[in-house]
Amino acid sequence: MAALIQCEDVWKIYRVGDMEVQALRGLSLTIEQGEFVAIMGSSGSGKSTLMNILGCLDQPTKGRYRLNGMEVSNLKPDQLAGIRNQQIGFVFQSFNLIPRTSALENAQLPLFYRGLSLKEQRAQAASALDRVGLKGREHHYPTQLSGGQQQRVAIARALVTSPSLLLADEPTGNLDTQSSQEIMRVLETLNHDEGITIILVTHEVDVAAYAAREIVIKDGQVLTDRVTKVRPTPSLVGG
Amino acid sequence: MSAFVWLTILTALRTLARNRMRAGLTMLGIVIGVAAVIAMVSIGEGAKRAVQAQIATMGTNVIMIFPGTTSVSGVRGSQGSAVTLTVSDALDLKKRVPLLVDTAWLKRDVLQIVYGNRNWNTTVSGISLSFLTIRDWSFTSGSPFSQTDVEIAARVALIGQTTVGNLFEPGEEPVGAVIRIKNVPFRVIGVLASKGQSTQGTDQDDVIFIPFSTAERKVFGTSFIGSVGAMYGSTDQAEDLPMAAEQIREVLRARHRLQTEQEDNFTIRTQIDIGKVQEGTSETLTMMLFSIASVSLLVGGIGIMNILLVSVTERTREIGVRMAVGAKRRHIVMQFLIEAMTLSLVGGVLGIVLGVTGAKLTTLIAGWPTIISGNVILLAFFFSLVVGLFFGLYPANKASRLNPIEALRYE
Repeated sequence: MAALIQCEDVWKIYRVGDMEVQALRGLSLTIEQGEFVAIMGSSGSGKSTLMNILGCLDQPTKGRYRLNGMEVSNLKPDQLAGIRNQQIGFVFQSFNLIPRTSALENAQLPLFYRGLSLKEQRAQAASALDRVGLKGREHHYPTQLSGGQQQRVAIARALVTSPSLLLADEPTGNLDTQSSQEIMRVLETLNHDEGITIILVTHEVDVAAYAAREIVIKDGQVLTDRVTKVRPTPSLVGG
Repeated sequence: MSAFVWLTILTALRTLARNRMRAGLTMLGIVIGVAAVIAMVSIGEGAKRAVQAQIATMGTNVIMIFPGTTSVSGVRGSQGSAVTLTVSDALDLKKRVPLLVDTAWLKRDVLQIVYGNRNWNTTVSGISLSFLTIRDWSFTSGSPFSQTDVEIAARVALIGQTTVGNLFEPGEEPVGAVIRIKNVPFRVIGVLASKGQSTQGTDQDDVIFIPFSTAERKVFGTSFIGSVGAMYGSTDQAEDLPMAAEQIREVLRARHRLQTEQEDNFTIRTQIDIGKVQEGTSETLTMMLFSIASVSLLVGGIGIMNILLVSVTERTREIGVRMAVGAKRRHIVMQFLIEAMTLSLVGGVLGIVLGVTGAKLTTLIAGWPTIISGNVILLAFFFSLVVGLFFGLYPANKASRLNPIEALRYE
């Protein structure tokens, strides 16, 4: 079975005026289905660029990126949008919920673009909110929820499509310690119980400690890549 | 896809409901534009219909011939001041212009009428028998003159509604009454049906008709026996009018012995000429109203575009999130287009309501006739839709071209 993520010699080069910025320099990386990976690195290390490429928000300048065995490095923007909708869930540092829109409708959003019936959208979004422990708060607006709760709505939004990959970019960056722990436990449970692959970008060591593998990026390349937790082989679905 | 469209419309409506003040101000341009179109076209149509009705009161396929002007040492008199047309002209025309079904003539003067202890100054016309048929006059009571009345120059009169109102008590029957015209007693034998205002704005009901022969011999005491104040002719078909007018001109020029270099000493007008003048006026008016309305719709559209551009900027993050969770370009385009069209359509509907109300109020307050046509409403609706579509396109396109990464980071 192919790995979920296969990056081979990935380069990302930006041009800022006359300056050429090499954000990624021939980075290679393989992540299996069901893994819980923390990506660490100082600012400017290229970890954000890597996240954007892994999340199909951006494309490498050079190199190959296979997601679920499919080459995605040369797809068109609308095709990438389709892949994000089908396979990837995002959790952002600043939650990025749509304001003045209920928790349920925020969680529905990805299904909205799948063209599902309203009834199905609601049912699936409600179950996703239930999975992150927000049952009964479906009709709350973001402003009526705490930071931790807002982030859980965001996780529900990421989960609702049953993605193969959940990308969390500094998910606890805007939260207090207690909320951070809650959120990390939710992610841990999702990974452990449901086998969802999670890639977590953070610079906090105690947050990274929830992951089973830690990749440190420096100057656009992998500096260290080590397993931090020995866990039973993740239960793989399909073959 | 249809679930998506419905939800987008719902979302758009909610967004608008949230910013009611802003949405209202944005829509104002469209509202005013559409209301202006509807009200103005309704008033214009009403005026046009009224003018057409006025033209119809002249009769059917009528040609009018007026005497020319006098000219003494270069000083020209008013139209009709010359006595260039005669009864024999009219009789000859009927013979020599086969297109003419009939001809009629009259001679008029403003005279005092006395009935009992009341008096009234009105236009007294001595008319030929055919005048009533050519001008389509009908009667509310009594009957027209007979051939005998004409031959013996009988002292009989037909009176118009306005004259009736000024001489008789309400409810009094004028037929059979004896009135005095310039102290000559006349028996009223018929009351004319109302025709209202003429195209020149004169009251066509403020009249008294007496036989031409009677007028000449017993009332006007004119020194120009046989001259007429105006002649009328009618044709079978409206299309024959210009040709008939041309033939009349030739016959009259020959009869009046006019040399080629001399100008006509009479004026010929057909109903078509008068209609054309009126149509020209209303067309100019319509074009003017239309351009005002277009400018107003244009400004309204720019208002929508402006507010949508603001909205795109304000909601950059939201657009980023939508893109991140899988919105394709067309989804974003649709979202903003639907918002623009919702704005313009709601504005259009409000404008229609306002315009119709305005037209009705105009009728109610100013008494102008208005005609609200379904076509105009449909057109206004369609136009507001197009304005929304057109001016929504740019902001929608701009939103859909945002880079998701930058949009997500936008502060």
